[in-house]
Amino acid sequence: MARNIERDEVRRLVTEGAQLVEVLPKEEYEEEHLPGAINLPLRRLEAEARTALDPDRPVIVYCWDDP
Amino acid sequence: MGFSRVFDYGSGKQDWLAAGLPTEGRAADVPRAGAVARRDVPTCSLDERLGDVRHRAEAAGWDACVVVDGSRVVLGLLRSDELRGRPDQRIEEAMRPGPSTFRPNVHIVEMAGFMVEHDVESTPITTGDGVLIGLLLREDAVAAASDFQRRHREEHGAHERG
Repeated sequence: MARNIERDEVRRLVTEGAQLVEVLPKEEYEEEHLPGAINLPLRRLEAEARTALDPDRPVIVYCWDDP
Repeated sequence: MGFSRVFDYGSGKQDWLAAGLPTEGRAADVPRAGAVARRDVPTCSLDERLGDVRHRAEAAGWDACVVVDGSRVVLGLLRSDELRGRPDQRIEEAMRPGPSTFRPNVHIVEMAGFMVEHDVESTPITTGDGVLIGLLLREDAVAAASDFQRRHREEHGAHERG
């Protein structure tokens, strides 16, 4: 279960090496995304997370906002 | 996913943009209100006297001042008209309370259009929590918007010619 975090903790974790993952569609990611984020749209997340992400580093997932 | 440390940034990209933080991507270089707002705008608190605040603002070359609380949350605004009031007035009495504020990620062309259309001299730019980022002056917004539109036309023209 992912723990919900706020902006300040995102910034802190990123400086400590966390991986940012934007789960929005590719077009929205290419338009604008958080610095260093990679794009894994929800429909690809399960299939590609293991190869795209380092399991030894924290992972921060985000979309536009809370649904 | 088999990952032991997974976090959900629930407030997401909207929250990040509203805080005026850096981004990457095609739209990252679009000028926005937060980048154009002047961050050196003077601030004051509710219990100060108007004469003292006017003196401080003028000494810094300003004819406006943003009223904030101890956390820099915007409470009011003193534009040139309000600053010309009685010097012994408390700021709480003199200020324009609860001014309209805008988020830093609003496109500068949109901001300039709004400020011209509604004859807005200046407007505070704040985070979603109301914390002051800076004061956007209409003249700065219009200049930045014109510059962006000129560059956009040149780039678009170059693409069409190329």
